[in-house]
Amino acid sequence: MSTFEVVIGLEIHAQLQTKTKLFCGCSTQFGQEPNTHTCPVCLGLPGALPVLNKAAIQMAIQAGLALGCSIQNESVFSRKNYFYPDLPKGYQISQFDKPICLGGSLTIDVNGTPKTIGITRIHMEEDAGKLVHQGADAIAGATYSLVDLNRACTPLIEIVSEPDIRSALEARLYMENLKQILEHIGVCDGNLDEGSMRADANISIRPIGQKEFGTRTEVKNLNSFRSIERAILYEIERQKEVVLSGGKIIQQTMHYDDNTQKTVVLRSKENAHDYRYFPEPDLLPLVVTQAQIETLKAHLPELPQARITRYQSEHALSKSEAEIVVGDLDIMAFFESALALQSPVSAKDICKWTIGDVLALNKETKHLFSTSSITPKRLLGLLELIQAGTLSGKMAKEVLLKMADSTEDPADIVKKMGVTQISDTSQLDAFIHEVLNANPDVIEKVKSGKTNSADFLIGQVMKLSRGQAKPDLVRTLLLEAISNR
Amino acid sequence: MAYTSIPELHERLKNRTLTAKNLLDIHFSEVDQWEPKLHASLEILKTQAYEKADLVDAEFDKGAPMPLLAGIPIAIKDNICMSGIKTTCASKILENFISPYNATVIEKLNAQHMIPMLKTNMDEFAMGSSTENSAFGATRNPWDLSRAPGGSSGGSAAVVAAGEVPLSLGSDTGGSIRQPASFCGVVGIKPTYGRVSRYGLVAFASSLDQIGPFSRSVEDGAHLLQALCGHDVHDATSSQNPVPDFSKSLTPDVKGLKIGVPKELFGSAIADDVKQALVKALDLLTAQGARWEEVSMGSFEAGLSTYYILAPAEASANLSRFDGVRYGHRNTSATSLKEMFKKSRGEGFGPEVIRRIILGTFVLSSGYYDAYYLKAQKARTLIQEDFKKAFSHYDLLLTPTAPTTAFKLGENADNPLAMYLADIATIPVNLAGLPAMSIPCGFSNGLPIGLQLIGKAFDEATMLRAGYTYQTLTDHHLKRPLL
Repeated sequence: MSTFEVVIGLEIHAQLQTKTKLFCGCSTQFGQEPNTHTCPVCLGLPGALPVLNKAAIQMAIQAGLALGCSIQNESVFSRKNYFYPDLPKGYQISQFDKPICLGGSLTIDVNGTPKTIGITRIHMEEDAGKLVHQGADAIAGATYSLVDLNRACTPLIEIVSEPDIRSALEARLYMENLKQILEHIGVCDGNLDEGSMRADANISIRPIGQKEFGTRTEVKNLNSFRSIERAILYEIERQKEVVLSGGKIIQQTMHYDDNTQKTVVLRSKENAHDYRYFPEPDLLPLVVTQAQIETLKAHLPELPQARITRYQSEHALSKSEAEIVVGDLDIMAFFESALALQSPVSAKDICKWTIGDVLALNKETKHLFSTSSITPKRLLGLLELIQAGTLSGKMAKEVLLKMADSTEDPADIVKKMGVTQISDTSQLDAFIHEVLNANPDVIEKVKSGKTNSADFLIGQVMKLSRGQAKPDLVRTLLLEAISNR
Repeated sequence: MAYTSIPELHERLKNRTLTAKNLLDIHFSEVDQWEPKLHASLEILKTQAYEKADLVDAEFDKGAPMPLLAGIPIAIKDNICMSGIKTTCASKILENFISPYNATVIEKLNAQHMIPMLKTNMDEFAMGSSTENSAFGATRNPWDLSRAPGGSSGGSAAVVAAGEVPLSLGSDTGGSIRQPASFCGVVGIKPTYGRVSRYGLVAFASSLDQIGPFSRSVEDGAHLLQALCGHDVHDATSSQNPVPDFSKSLTPDVKGLKIGVPKELFGSAIADDVKQALVKALDLLTAQGARWEEVSMGSFEAGLSTYYILAPAEASANLSRFDGVRYGHRNTSATSLKEMFKKSRGEGFGPEVIRRIILGTFVLSSGYYDAYYLKAQKARTLIQEDFKKAFSHYDLLLTPTAPTTAFKLGENADNPLAMYLADIATIPVNLAGLPAMSIPCGFSNGLPIGLQLIGKAFDEATMLRAGYTYQTLTDHHLKRPLL
């Protein structure tokens, strides 16, 4: 089967996280009562007119800048004409032959090898509404369907890749990377469950070495990383079987059914829509000045890859540590605010605790970093106690658990728990004498050069101190005491 | 009283020798007499009008400062949305549609305390030149009930001519204000594209549509125009250009005014009586110090075919929202989604609307787009340049508004091309986005003749000044049809 090469291009729709819709002032908030976030414009009432949302333009430009696109000084909205009950105006306002961004790329890491996927264009468009079928899951079989237009007119960008993707894995990685970038620059919330990102995959196969592309099929509306990978895998296999059995691939649009994990035909090329695009006369061409582009460029947040590299060089994090922090905006925000507090604690230690114990604790208490009672300030309070030698790491872990249920300062909790590390030498001397007296044979072993045996004695002292002794101080005092005997 | 000027009505409302209620009584009595003959109105807003009149009178009684248009009744073309009232566009598909919101122009009329009295008849979705394409029956011309009032704003022109209201609103996509103004012997103004917000005007061809006033005099029209103009955040194509004080144009002065007269509109396509009336008008203006000369403009030859590609193209998309899903007529016997769309639209739209949707769909179709739509867009650019060039020499252009006086009802009903020719002088103006108006310039066999003045973009002022001057020298606009 490896005689075929797979060619994939992705069209990814990402919802821009503006407060209001693309062409009206209605809220874009998800999950509201049906048809409550609507107005004459997004209901497509007679006489209503679209007015372009400036924030959406900025976000589309930011996305383009993050993906290395050239931002067009003039772009044009067009009408894409078709009838469907979720499309109130009978046309979708979208960009067609003059999109806002052209040419760009995204580099993914495929099993350690970097691979650059070209981006053809990014254009802006409005979303359609939602049909809620009654009596069945799909329109087929439903007794009737209801239309919810809360989502109608929410702003989307469609990011169209070049046919540079060569496997289902690459497709998934591309979408994951894209999601991360869009989240980092704050233009998309990346919430796949709420439909914030959806992909259409154009898939074809060709014998290895052949230059011409094979006939492609388009699989629509893939809305999770899992479904994009599975749908492509399925479609590749289906196409191979067709070709190997002497058949021909027919250009058609497919739907991937998550339940059956199969692609099914929606329509073939002969039945393809003629969308009759023409420039939207209700909107003037969108003009963006070079100065506006430069301003947005200057304020573009740091991209995830650059941040991962910087964390490694500037804060001595390992690559995997940096990836974990950068991989989750909630964690990253916590880490950044901890760094901003200018504590003597190293970034590396902050990171270890953040993605270790604090992360585990937040998971257990079902909190986000942003809502957890473990604030950056409180974590640093705890880590500073370790740094000062007041607490051992092990003790700190216990204190952290207590911190989850209170808002007290870590130092106050430590006092109440009475777990402060013992660095009072007279008290430690007493424990050491007790241990040495009980283990004369071990003393001899140490004296004869078996320094490992000292660890056993240190352990005994720690035990007596109920873990509160400072280990390195114990070692010094212990070795001193042995040499004096 | 039903033929009194706005400033005089305002004076009498202010000194309380007239109340807004009286004014409504007078006009509703005209409505009662004229409507059975004309069928110019689709809805009579009696209750709301009297409620509003009471409020206005209370303000006048208090001696509160009120705008010039306060308490003045007005008729609204039925493609302009008014909250809580039916907006039918004279179409079956919107027969029972009640708009939940006001068009921006309605908000502007409200701010002036004007009193909407009638929703007026029109060609369905403003497609037509005779008001015969109304799903609810044709309107008749008050000067001759066997004739058409013009269209598509025939209802709005007829009610002003008959004295049912002193003022009305129409919309003009290719001449739909000016041509009926000409046929009915009233003043009709199409402002520069972008001057008046289109928000709440049910779209026919978005890049061409403009709302404008009907009045009996240029003076009254200028006052209403003033209230309508200005940038609107709800219309992305509305202009930010400052709006001048149009009352300053109401001075009789055309000295040194340079007028171009396109010779293409003095050929065989134009009736002799119309040409003669125009020559007289030019003589009058020349006597006042204006100068005119002939100019050749290809726009008046290319306009019609360009328009009948672009306007239907835009209309085919604009009318897609009437699909039976959310509002308007729905066929309930359909057994599939596609059938529901087809039957609802097939039953809801009249023949002329269907003709234009098919035409527009065709010219946008893949394989035909370049040959038709794109070419027409290029022609439109040439037309705009043609006008720009003309206006580098002239302050105004003067043409007949329509090739003939009002034609008989049914005369062009089976010949859409002949009907389209009625707009030959007006259509290029919409393609160029310029301001223009029709003013009465004489009668032939008892039927009014209109002349069209075309101004530079955003220069309604010069056009109004010339029109005002002309009306100080003539009395055509003071004549009224008899019941």
